Amino acid sequence: MKMSGAQMVCEALIAEGVTTVFGYPGGAIMNVYDAIYKQDGFEHILTRHEQAAVHAADGYARATGKVGVAMVTSGPGFTNAVTGIATAFTDSIPLVVISGQVSLSLIGTDGFQEIDAVGISRPCTKHNYLVSSLEELPRIMKEAFYIASSGRPGPVLVDIPKDITAEMGEFNYPKEVNIPTYKPSYKGNDRQIKKAVDAILNAKKPLLYLGGGVILSNSSELVKEFANLTQIPAVETLMARGIMGYDNPLLLGMPGMHGNYSSNMAMSESDLIISLGARFDDRVTGKLSEFAKYADVIHVDIDPANIGKLVDVDYPIVGSVKDVVEKMLSLLKHHINPDRYQPWREILDRYNGLHPLKYEDSDEVLKPQWVIQRVGEILGKDAIITSDVGQHQMWTAQFYPFDRPRQWINSGGLGTMGFGFPAAIGAKRGVPDKVVVNFTGDGSILMNMQELVTASEYKIPVINIILNNHFLGMVRQWQTFFYDKRYSETDLSFQPNFKALAEACGGIGYDVTTKKEFDEALKDAIKQNKVCFMNVIISRFENVLPMVPAGGALYNMLLEHKDK
Amino acid sequence: MQEVRRVISVIAMNESSVLARVSGLFAGRGYNIESLTVAPIPKSNLSRFTIVTKGNAKVIEQITKQLNKLISTLKVIEQDENMVEKEMVLIKFSSNESLSDIKALCDAYNGGIVNAGENSVIAMVADESKRVEYFISAAQRYNPLEIVRGGVVAIER
Repeated sequence: MKMSGAQMVCEALIAEGVTTVFGYPGGAIMNVYDAIYKQDGFEHILTRHEQAAVHAADGYARATGKVGVAMVTSGPGFTNAVTGIATAFTDSIPLVVISGQVSLSLIGTDGFQEIDAVGISRPCTKHNYLVSSLEELPRIMKEAFYIASSGRPGPVLVDIPKDITAEMGEFNYPKEVNIPTYKPSYKGNDRQIKKAVDAILNAKKPLLYLGGGVILSNSSELVKEFANLTQIPAVETLMARGIMGYDNPLLLGMPGMHGNYSSNMAMSESDLIISLGARFDDRVTGKLSEFAKYADVIHVDIDPANIGKLVDVDYPIVGSVKDVVEKMLSLLKHHINPDRYQPWREILDRYNGLHPLKYEDSDEVLKPQWVIQRVGEILGKDAIITSDVGQHQMWTAQFYPFDRPRQWINSGGLGTMGFGFPAAIGAKRGVPDKVVVNFTGDGSILMNMQELVTASEYKIPVINIILNNHFLGMVRQWQTFFYDKRYSETDLSFQPNFKALAEACGGIGYDVTTKKEFDEALKDAIKQNKVCFMNVIISRFENVLPMVPAGGALYNMLLEHKDK
Repeated sequence: MQEVRRVISVIAMNESSVLARVSGLFAGRGYNIESLTVAPIPKSNLSRFTIVTKGNAKVIEQITKQLNKLISTLKVIEQDENMVEKEMVLIKFSSNESLSDIKALCDAYNGGIVNAGENSVIAMVADESKRVEYFISAAQRYNPLEIVRGGVVAIER
């Protein structure tokens, strides 16, 4: 069938099963927006900033497991989108981002709203394309979705010059992808897997180190089955919260800079670390030369470049967590003796009893940890929780009772402030029957607050809980600990009226200073079913603890901070 | 860990921006490029890159893995001793220098004089990098006007 390049873009999206596109129009992408106007195969959500469009597509992808789609125009439209693309890249989130580009004849002339999009996005996309003829457009669209969602997922940019979206041509959408240079391997080497299984059977202190790859490969159930069968204790990275379920006795908690005592001690004392879809990030390992000194390492990762990058690996296995764990399970089933690890579990239980995660509650002022726990009590597994970046993010990761994969959505790798609210909008659109709560801070929320308008217009009821300490809290905490309390540019005492701000944009605002007010506000917010800002004033100088100071060894945790 | 010199060959799709993908990877991750040559592979839609780099074993491993990870890359070959490696150099001398001496020097390196003009002559040598360096230093006594080195190319035996 003959149609324009713009129509081809829409037809390709429909063929890929896309039902929601987040975006923002502009000159170079107008032809595609004209085609969007004429179709009814998918809805388009107009965010109020291109960065938010990409974060929303990202939140949608994380909540649903599908590929998220964002659309932006050339030049500033694209550059605004870059932070969103980089955020998805670092956390391996499957996205297809479509950007307009100036016409082919103008490329390279510094035309109006021209910028080298493939050049800028090369280091922060899994792959990118500048479409150079109409003939290749359908194939590129097909490849973009395939590359984004296969192997180690990631964002793919398709940059399309304006004259190509206007040109008419024959549309044949390919059924299959054939990229001879791209063949991700899922299976895992049988011999290596066998060796790894023998290592597990011979270990005394094995530990499951679970990362975001478990969620990305949809193998949480399988991994839980593995843990339950073997009775090997587990830690979940920031990206992996929810896999084991908060009340699973095998779950120690989160390791790393703000991990809990037993998790970090388990890493430090284990004799076999079984890493599934994790990548030994510096926030997890602390000082590398002191990290897991007594452990052999099994590293299962779909990306070979992750294996041996930071930590020496004894059992490297390139493959999907799903395929590899399935094989491990079948090999282990009849040989495993879970009692073997009982003494190890007892040691860890003791560590847990010695220094559990804790905070001092107060009757005078709200504590952020209480607020998070309270939401957990009220909403529990019925909510999807997103967050921005900073102290509130760490407290949420520590104190919310996560119960399932894809329940917890945050910018773990890049640490993008302003991520939470638009990601929550995307998540709510993807999973409308769940309550979506964004825990945010008085710093982060302002970085994409314009999305109040989007959420109001489309009636996307996201509950933003602003844990307001009138500080850029995480930086303030470092200044307290390591910079002699020189609070350089972190005092956010000058603030907007958050309640009025939400109301001005068609949402609801709440001012909360007590537990009672919080309960009432949350109850009302759930009932009202409208986007809201809940301005929760919390204790100003609360710190995230425990803490492994940057560059320190995991076993040297600051467990409390006494103000001198 | 000890730094080593490595020759890495990359077979990749011959398409626009693939050179930028490869060189950008080195720049972005802080790897070192000593030399880089690219040319299309005849009768194919592929290009062959020959990259000379330096780094410890861990860095070299990451380089090959990251190169492999590029969607446009078909194959990455970490060259070992079992390869033939050549590099070319062109040197321009004034015609006032002793041409027979220069010719004799070129002969010692399996090279020759490839152009002779009114004011200058051009000598060429293609040999292993180390020997090219020896040739360049030996050529100094004839006051070279200009020296142009090509990158390394390598092929498995």
